[in-house]
Amino acid sequence: MTETLLKVQNLKKEFPINGGILGKQIASVKAVSDLSFEINKGETLGLVGESGCGKSTTGRTLLRLIEKTDGKVIYKDEDITTLRNKEMRALRKEMQMVFQDPFASLNPRQTVEKILEEPLLIHEKLSRKERLVRVYEMMETVGLNKDYAKRYPHQFSGGQRQRISIARALMTKPKFIVLDEPVSALDVSIQSQILNLLEDLQKEFDLTYLFIAHDLGVIRHISDRIGVMYLGSLVELADGEALYEEPLHPYTQALLSSVPIPDPEVANEEEILIGDIPDPSNPPTGCPFHVRCGSCMEICKKEKPQLVEAKDKRFVACHLYNDDLNK
Amino acid sequence: MTDKVLSLENLKTTFYTDEGTIPAVNDVSFHINKGEILGVVGESGCGKSVTSLSIMGLVQSPPGKIDGGKILFNGKDLLEKTEKEMREIRGNEISMIFQEPMTSLNPVYTIGNQLIESILLHNKWSKKKAKERAIEVLELVGLPRANELINEYPHQLSGGMRQRVMIAMSMVCNPNLLIADEPTTALDVTIQKQILQLMKKLNKDFGTAILMVTHDLGVVAEVCDRIVVMYSGKIVEEGSVKTIFNSPKHPYTKGLLKSVPDIRKKSERLYSIKGNVPKPGSIKKGCAFAGRCEHAFERCFEETPEHFNLGSGQCVRCFLYEEEEAGVAK
Ligand SMILES: Nc1ncnc2c1ncn2[C@@H]1O[C@H](COP(=O)(O)OP(=O)(O)OP(=O)(O)O)[C@@H](O)[C@H]1O
Ligand SMILES: Nc1ncnc2c1ncn2[C@@H]1O[C@H](COP(=O)(O)OP(=O)(O)OP(=O)(O)O)[C@@H](O)[C@H]1O
Ligand SMILES: [Mg+2]
Ligand SMILES: [Mg+2]
Repeated sequence: MTETLLKVQNLKKEFPINGGILGKQIASVKAVSDLSFEINKGETLGLVGESGCGKSTTGRTLLRLIEKTDGKVIYKDEDITTLRNKEMRALRKEMQMVFQDPFASLNPRQTVEKILEEPLLIHEKLSRKERLVRVYEMMETVGLNKDYAKRYPHQFSGGQRQRISIARALMTKPKFIVLDEPVSALDVSIQSQILNLLEDLQKEFDLTYLFIAHDLGVIRHISDRIGVMYLGSLVELADGEALYEEPLHPYTQALLSSVPIPDPEVANEEEILIGDIPDPSNPPTGCPFHVRCGSCMEICKKEKPQLVEAKDKRFVACHLYNDDLNK
Repeated sequence: MTDKVLSLENLKTTFYTDEGTIPAVNDVSFHINKGEILGVVGESGCGKSVTSLSIMGLVQSPPGKIDGGKILFNGKDLLEKTEKEMREIRGNEISMIFQEPMTSLNPVYTIGNQLIESILLHNKWSKKKAKERAIEVLELVGLPRANELINEYPHQLSGGMRQRVMIAMSMVCNPNLLIADEPTTALDVTIQKQILQLMKKLNKDFGTAILMVTHDLGVVAEVCDRIVVMYSGKIVEEGSVKTIFNSPKHPYTKGLLKSVPDIRKKSERLYSIKGNVPKPGSIKKGCAFAGRCEHAFERCFEETPEHFNLGSGQCVRCFLYEEEEAGVAK
């Protein structure tokens, strides 16, 4: 039986744009507009889309690193977006995040040992000796030699630094981790090490992941289900295999056919997507994708399509799959 | 002989820093034929950008210094040119585009100003003629509204459009050689696709040879004719795109190809190369890859392998093949 761990309902996040002489708010960026999805216990939900489509904002809002504008995030039957700081602090133990740039997210003045010890100081009552035991255990788990415990972040390579961030996220034995582009800054040969590590850890500790990436190969490899975002909305949500075998949304189709294939025998000359990603502070009317879509109809310019189940377990936000319309 | 636009012979570029000597480009030889697209691939810090900058004569010095070798451009050694002669060549016969288009465009000048300036630098034309050429190249790279665009500033354009402007700028003088250092790394895949197709088109229409620096094997497979694979300042393998992808020989090339998650099928577990990418110069003796190599034997830790020719244009720096052949000969 699949059990839902986290339920996101109509989540919205707007950032104000200030300007003018008085620095008053003149507009807003709709970074996330009306997002709804669920994450099942033990699964990896992949979130993919081009830059600025709102992936990081989604991840951060889920963990309340930034506050929502509207909507609910339900974890264990509770809307965590309304919890007070103190109640939220207790939950942070269970919900962690790993960022893209392992360098920026690690304190350069702390040794690895200190970095990994800190979450335990905040969340658990342990003696120093007990804490260090946990630190060394974790270093070993993520493949770091514990002789390195007294070193500083800059003394490590990019891949090793990402191991440190992952170890830090795991210190408090979390259940849910948002991984925001955890391998994007890494070299290919190091990227596969970290992906394998993340898969091993998921099995070992029964973790649930929200895995954010723009690399479609990585997303396919790691995810059970995948959500495709465009300009703050989900345009498609499906099981990973189904999505790649038969993408339904024209944007998903374009995205998949844009990826260069590392095989010179494959002629990759399909149609290319014209135009640029629109400005999220001034999104197009109707379907956010209609200005670049090859199948655009009249209704697409006026009405924003909802994410509906077009086929078994396949959700898509596109008027092409609107049965009422096609009758 | 005259088929080669560019030929590097045993190029060595070294950085002399307080922390030590970094042989960023260490005995690198390769060539690009007329009208060819050559890919230079490798992981971060392996010396791809320093190779490009060396060709352009733009290595920061100090701490950088070209310690040896030749860079033959249409048969003439660029290392023997004066700075004035190099300035004539840059942007004219050889041009370069970089990863981040914003940093290479000047934010305070209009697109038109920057294009016209670089045209007039190399041509004794009237301003009017230069402006016409500017509009022409903007149209060439598929930018809409070229007439208006020349009056706009870089920040008014999207990342993809800025990269098109950079390409337009690099094409103003019909260069023989275009060096593109990670031209699409900062772009989204749908925009990357547009830019790659544009580069292929320019290569075909004008016969411009392209040196394509990238870490993305997909990009290489899609646009390049031949590849050189770099590791820790050295070329470890060279061959046609077909050969390298179908029968890679160097254990590093093989590992790299296997490590990329395939978008076409889901694999149970990814192949991964153990260990970390070494900085050039950090491994003092033997093959720089030996410590990560599944096939390494004693000799690999002692001696540096030389280029070994496997025939049909494929070359590899690895003792496995030399030993194999010696074994057969015995
Ligand atoms: N703190 C902020 N203030 C104002 N605007 C913001 C802020 N954070 C994000 N945005 C805007 O919200 C939109 C979504 O940004 P977000 O970082 O979530 O995108 P993303 O999908 O993670 O992109 P990338 O792939 O580049 O990381 C963008 O237009 C961005 O400029
Ligand atoms: N100005 C400099 N001073 C000192 N060392 C340098 C300098 N520029 C480059 N290096 C060193 O030379 C080596 C090669 O660098 P290079 O920039 O060519 O790598 P690259 O292959 O282009 O990597 P990337 O994929 O990250 O762009 C690196 O180890 C780098 O640290
Ligand atoms: Mg992001
Ligand atoms: Mg570089």
